[in-house]
Amino acid sequence: MSDLVLRGVRPLGAEPVDVIIVGDRILDVVAAGTASATRVIDTDGLIALPGLVDLHTHLREPGREDAETVATGSHAAALGGYTAVFAMANTDPVADTAGVVEQVWRLGRETALVDVHPVGAVTVGLAGVQLAELGAMASSAAQVRVFSDDGKCVWDASLMRRALEYVKAFDGVIAQHAQEPRLTEGAQMNESALSGVLGLTGWPAVAEESIIARDVLLAHHVGSRLHVCHVSTAGSVDIIRWAKARGIDVTAEVTPHHLLLTEELVRSYDPVFKVNPPLRRAEDVEALREGLADGTIDIVATDHAPHAHEDKDCEWGAASFGMLGLQTALSVVIETMLTTGRLDWAGVADRMSIAPARIGRATRHGQSISPGSVANLVLVDPTQTWIVQETQLASKSRNTPYAGMKLPGRVVHVVKDGRPTVVEARVVLDGAVAGSRS
Amino acid sequence: MDAGHTAGSSRIVLDATDVSRAVTRIAHEIVERNKGIADVVLLGIPSRGLPLAQRIAAQLEKIDGGTVPCGSLDITMYRDDLRMRPARALESTAIPSRGVDGATVVLVDDVLYSGRTIRAALDAVSDFGRPRSIQLAVLVDRGHRELPIRPDYVGKNLPTSLDEKVAVRLTEIDGHDDVAILGGAE
Amino acid sequence: MRHLLSTGDLDAKEAILVLDTAAELAALTDRSVKKLPTLRGRTVVNLFFEDSTRTRISFEIAAKRLSADVINFAAKGSSVSKGESLKDTALTLEAMGADAVVIRHPASGAPHRLAHAGWIQGSVVNAGDGTHEHPTQALLDAFTLRHRLRQGVGDLDGLRVTIVGDVLHSRVARSNVLLLSTLGADVTVVAPPTLLPTGVETWPCAVTYDIDEVLPTSDAIMMLRVQAERMQAAYFPSAREYSRRYGLDSERMSKLPQDAIVMHPGPMNRGMEISADVADHGRSVMVDQVANGVSVRMAVLYLMLGGSMEGAA
Repeated sequence: MSDLVLRGVRPLGAEPVDVIIVGDRILDVVAAGTASATRVIDTDGLIALPGLVDLHTHLREPGREDAETVATGSHAAALGGYTAVFAMANTDPVADTAGVVEQVWRLGRETALVDVHPVGAVTVGLAGVQLAELGAMASSAAQVRVFSDDGKCVWDASLMRRALEYVKAFDGVIAQHAQEPRLTEGAQMNESALSGVLGLTGWPAVAEESIIARDVLLAHHVGSRLHVCHVSTAGSVDIIRWAKARGIDVTAEVTPHHLLLTEELVRSYDPVFKVNPPLRRAEDVEALREGLADGTIDIVATDHAPHAHEDKDCEWGAASFGMLGLQTALSVVIETMLTTGRLDWAGVADRMSIAPARIGRATRHGQSISPGSVANLVLVDPTQTWIVQETQLASKSRNTPYAGMKLPGRVVHVVKDGRPTVVEARVVLDGAVAGSRS
Repeated sequence: MDAGHTAGSSRIVLDATDVSRAVTRIAHEIVERNKGIADVVLLGIPSRGLPLAQRIAAQLEKIDGGTVPCGSLDITMYRDDLRMRPARALESTAIPSRGVDGATVVLVDDVLYSGRTIRAALDAVSDFGRPRSIQLAVLVDRGHRELPIRPDYVGKNLPTSLDEKVAVRLTEIDGHDDVAILGGAE
Repeated sequence: MRHLLSTGDLDAKEAILVLDTAAELAALTDRSVKKLPTLRGRTVVNLFFEDSTRTRISFEIAAKRLSADVINFAAKGSSVSKGESLKDTALTLEAMGADAVVIRHPASGAPHRLAHAGWIQGSVVNAGDGTHEHPTQALLDAFTLRHRLRQGVGDLDGLRVTIVGDVLHSRVARSNVLLLSTLGADVTVVAPPTLLPTGVETWPCAVTYDIDEVLPTSDAIMMLRVQAERMQAAYFPSAREYSRRYGLDSERMSKLPQDAIVMHPGPMNRGMEISADVADHGRSVMVDQVANGVSVRMAVLYLMLGGSMEGAA
C-alpha cells in the first residue's frame, strides 16, 4: 500500500487520473479509480497543478510580527495553493547577512507548511551604498539565490553593475525594484490626470521604465541574468519584450492586483488601494495581461505586503504601501487570464509554479506531474466561487483590496513533499518535519 | 400660508374685490388705532406677506399723505420646526433704514394659522432692536392657534377644518387676487 | 448637503443656493445683534492640523453667529505621534458629539477619509486638504466675483477669470476651476509648465504659459501664492525670473480692462506673485474676500446643519 493517492484529479486540466504518492515523491500516475493507499483523497475532477511558487512575498519576520509572521504568512500561502515562497529581505533587521536569512529559513522549516526561501538584500541595510555579503548568504543553510533590495531601488548604476556581475559566481539573480528615487519623491499614486485632480503626488511610469531600460542593458553588457519585480506599466512590458528579442536574459513578474485593479480606485482615498508600484491605467492592465499571456512577463508574484491596521486606517498620505495577495492570487489569475482565455491551465502552471521555481532555483518545485517528481501539488476547483472577507483570511493583517469581491476558483487540497498541508480548504499540520530543502 | 392643491373641492371665499376692500379696511384701522402713521413701520413676512404690506403702505399713503417705511422680514432662521426637514432656502430680509427702535411695527402676513410663524417673527424683530409695540395684520385668520398669539387687524375670519388648506393668491406673485379653501374630507 | 469635500460635488443649482444664502446672511454684520438662533445646540469642531488663524477664525465667527457651540482643536502636523493620529482625534470628537467637523489637514483626501471611514457620524467640511481642494475659499471667491461683477445675483455666465500661479500645488486653484466653470465662467490658468498638473488639459479651463496674452481679456485675475522654496526643487530657476515672467506688477495691472478686479486668497508673497503696490491698490478686493468668507461659511454651516441632517441618527 502506498502512502497517499489522489483519486480522479485532472493534471493541468487533462483527463482524470489517480496520482500515487510514496514518501515525498510521485510513484506513478495511473487510470482514474484504479489506485488505493493508506490514505486516499477522493476528488471529483479537481484540477491538479504543481504547487504554486511565489517569488515575491513579505513575511515581516523579524521586526514587524504585529503585521505577519513566517507562521501566519505560511498559513496564508498554503491556503492560496503555494508550496514555496521567497521571503523578501526588507525585514528588521534587514536580511543582509547569513545569520538573518538562516533565521527566516529555520522559522519556515518549523512551521513546515511551505518551503520558505529567504531573499537576500543586495546592499547592506538596503541603503544602496555597499554590497551585502551575497556569497555568505548563498552558502548559508538558506542557500539564497535571489537577491533584492525590494522596497527600494538599486539606483546607483555602478553598484547595480557590480551586483549583476558578482552573483554570477553562484548562479544568483538580482531582482530589481525599478523605481528611480529622484522622480518619485513623495509619490503617492500613479502620475496621471487623476493624480492632478486628487492632489496626490504622482509616480510617473517613466521612473520604472528608465530603470528597467538601464538594467537590461547592464545585464546584457556583463552577461548576467536579471529579474524585474512587479512590472506595472505598458512601457515596461515593451522594454522587456525588446530586451528578450535581443536575447538578453531578463525575467519579469507581475502582481495579481496589477492584472485586475486600476487607479480609479484611488478616488475613494481608501489606503487599502495604496501600493508600490501604484495601480495604473486600464491600458497598463491590458498590456500586462497581454505580456503575461505571450510570455514577455514570465511569472505571477504576489508581492504580499501585510500591514497592521493602524498603518492603513488613516489618511492616504500617512498610510503604508502594500496589499495582501497570497490567498487570492490564484483566483485573480483565473479571473483575469483563464476565464478570458488568455492562458490555459498549462499556462497558469507555468506562470505560477514552473517558471518561478526555475528563476529562484527552487528545484523541488514546479516539476511535472509524473512519476519520479517531488510531490508538491495543488488541487483546484475552478467551478467554485468565494467572497473575500478580510476578517477571515489567514494573514495576521487585513489589507486586501478585494474585500467583498466574489472571486472564482477555490484551492481545495495542497500536498507538500508528499504530505497534505491543506485538506478541504483547511490547513492541516501533522507535526512531521518538512522535506529536505530544495 | 398654505398654497398646495389637494384633491377634492376648491371654493373661492374672497374674490379680487373682497381682497382689495380688506386691504383698504386694514389700512384705515391701522391709522385709527395708532392715531396716525407716525412711527409706524410695516414688515411683510415673505412670500405673500410682502406684497400685502406694500399694498397697505400704498393705502396708508393715500389716506394720510405721508410715506410709511415698509420692509420684509424672513423668519426662516427663527422657525421652531427647522430640524424636521432639510435646511430651507432663505427669503429676503430688508429692514427699512429707520430701523425698528421705538417704532410701532406692524407685521403683515397672508394667513394666520398656528401662530408659530408670528412667534418666530417676534424673535426676529427683537434681534433688530426694540420696537415700542408690535401689532399684527393678516388677510385671513383660519383659526387653530397653537400658541397665545392674536391678530390686531384681520381681513377675514375664516373658520376651517384641519384637513382643509387655505390658498391666498396675489397678483404680484400668482397673477390674480383671491382666497380659496381647498380640499376637505374625501 | 451632508459633507462639503470638493466643489466638484456641487451642481450649479446647489452652488447658487449657497451664494444666495450667503447674500442674505451677509446683512448680519450690520445688525446690532449679530446672531441668529438657527444652530443653537449644534456643536461645530474646528479641527486644524495646519496653522491657519484666518480661516479658522472665519469658521469660528460663522458658527458662533448662528449660535452654534464651537470647539477649536489645533493639532500638530502629520509628523505626529501615534497618539494624535487623525483617527484617534476623530474618535474623541465623536465621543464629544460633534455635529460638524471643519477640517484642515496637510494630507490630500483626509476630509474624505474622515467622512467615509466610519469614525464619526457628523458632517465634514473641507477647510483645505493638502494640494487637493479648499471648497469654501472657492465659494467666497465666486461670491466676491458675483457681488462685484454681476450685481450679486445669479451665476457667472461668460465671466472671464484668469488664475495665475502655482496651480500644481494649489488647492484653491482646483476648487476654483471646478466651481467657476460650474457657474458658467470662462476660466484660464496661467503658469510655467513645471507648475501645471499632469492632465490639466482635461480640466474645464484654458491653459497658457503667457500671462501678458490674457491680461486684456480678463474680467478678474486671481493670483495664487507661489513659494520661493519651490525653486529648490527646480520648478523655476529663481524668484526673480518667476516674478518677471508671471508676477502681477503695476505695469501688467494697467493692461487689465478698466473694471477688472484683482483677487488673492492670501497670504500674499509681496514681491513674488504680486508687487506691493498692486496688493495695496483699490482694485484689489482681498479685504472683501475675507469679509465674504464669513457669510459663505455661515451659509454652508446653515445648509448643512440648519435642517434635519441627512443620514444623521
